[in-house]
Amino acid sequence: MSAAFDITETLDVKGASCPMPVVKTKSAIDGLDAGDVLEVLATDPGSVSDIDGWASGTPGVELLEQETGEDVYTHYVRKTE
Amino acid sequence: MSSGTPSAATDDSPSRAELAARVEELEATIAAATGETDRKKMSIIATKGTLDMAYPPLILASTAAAFDFDVTVFHTFWGLDILHEERSKSLKMSSIGNPSLPVPNALAALPGMDRVTTKLMEKRIADNDTATVAELLETSLDMGVEFQACQMTMELMDYDETDFHDGVTTGVGAATALQDMADADIQLLV
Repeated sequence: MSAAFDITETLDVKGASCPMPVVKTKSAIDGLDAGDVLEVLATDPGSVSDIDGWASGTPGVELLEQETGEDVYTHYVRKTE
Repeated sequence: MSSGTPSAATDDSPSRAELAARVEELEATIAAATGETDRKKMSIIATKGTLDMAYPPLILASTAAAFDFDVTVFHTFWGLDILHEERSKSLKMSSIGNPSLPVPNALAALPGMDRVTTKLMEKRIADNDTATVAELLETSLDMGVEFQACQMTMELMDYDETDFHDGVTTGVGAATALQDMADADIQLLV
């Protein structure tokens, strides 16, 4: 599935609800280097739209992929600069 | 002699890429010198101090900070309680005039009813793993949100600047808020 990129770090925000998945994703991204990929595991159904919106409105990040699993939403975000 | 000049100039002239890089560098220098950045700016005026109404400014502030916005929240009147170290721990719901609560208005006016609806909301917040007001404030401060406490209402409510959470800016008034709003891309009154 995720053969196109290597995951640098995984952030578990399962259980957290708005705005925490986005806020914690941002904090985790800040701690990474350009090119790194963050995997975010969330249970908040709103995180699918929110992380997409956040990634398109925020400089220096790119949403690579989102997966809807059973109860868990997985997001892959690359730090681009 | 003179015919050789143009080709010599061509050899020395910078490439397109070099020129583009130079322009970018100069733009960055100008931006740094004038204090202008590409960052968007949001200015929120927080006027409410009930448990439910503490959320919108804090959620929007922390989310905007996650978008790399430059965020200022100016707290005035009851909004000051969100920043008040002690009072922020015991923000209450107002039962009366809130038709969304499971309490009819005729009963909502009874003594102790606010305590009941506050407990109800606190339980829902805990059950849903919703971030608490303290968590959102702490997170926002960590992310660089500037929280301001209106000087005039601080005096009106008899609050001291030491009453507020660390990192809160005091000694500001309406003109500061207005200047922030004038500079902001998004302005909200909550």
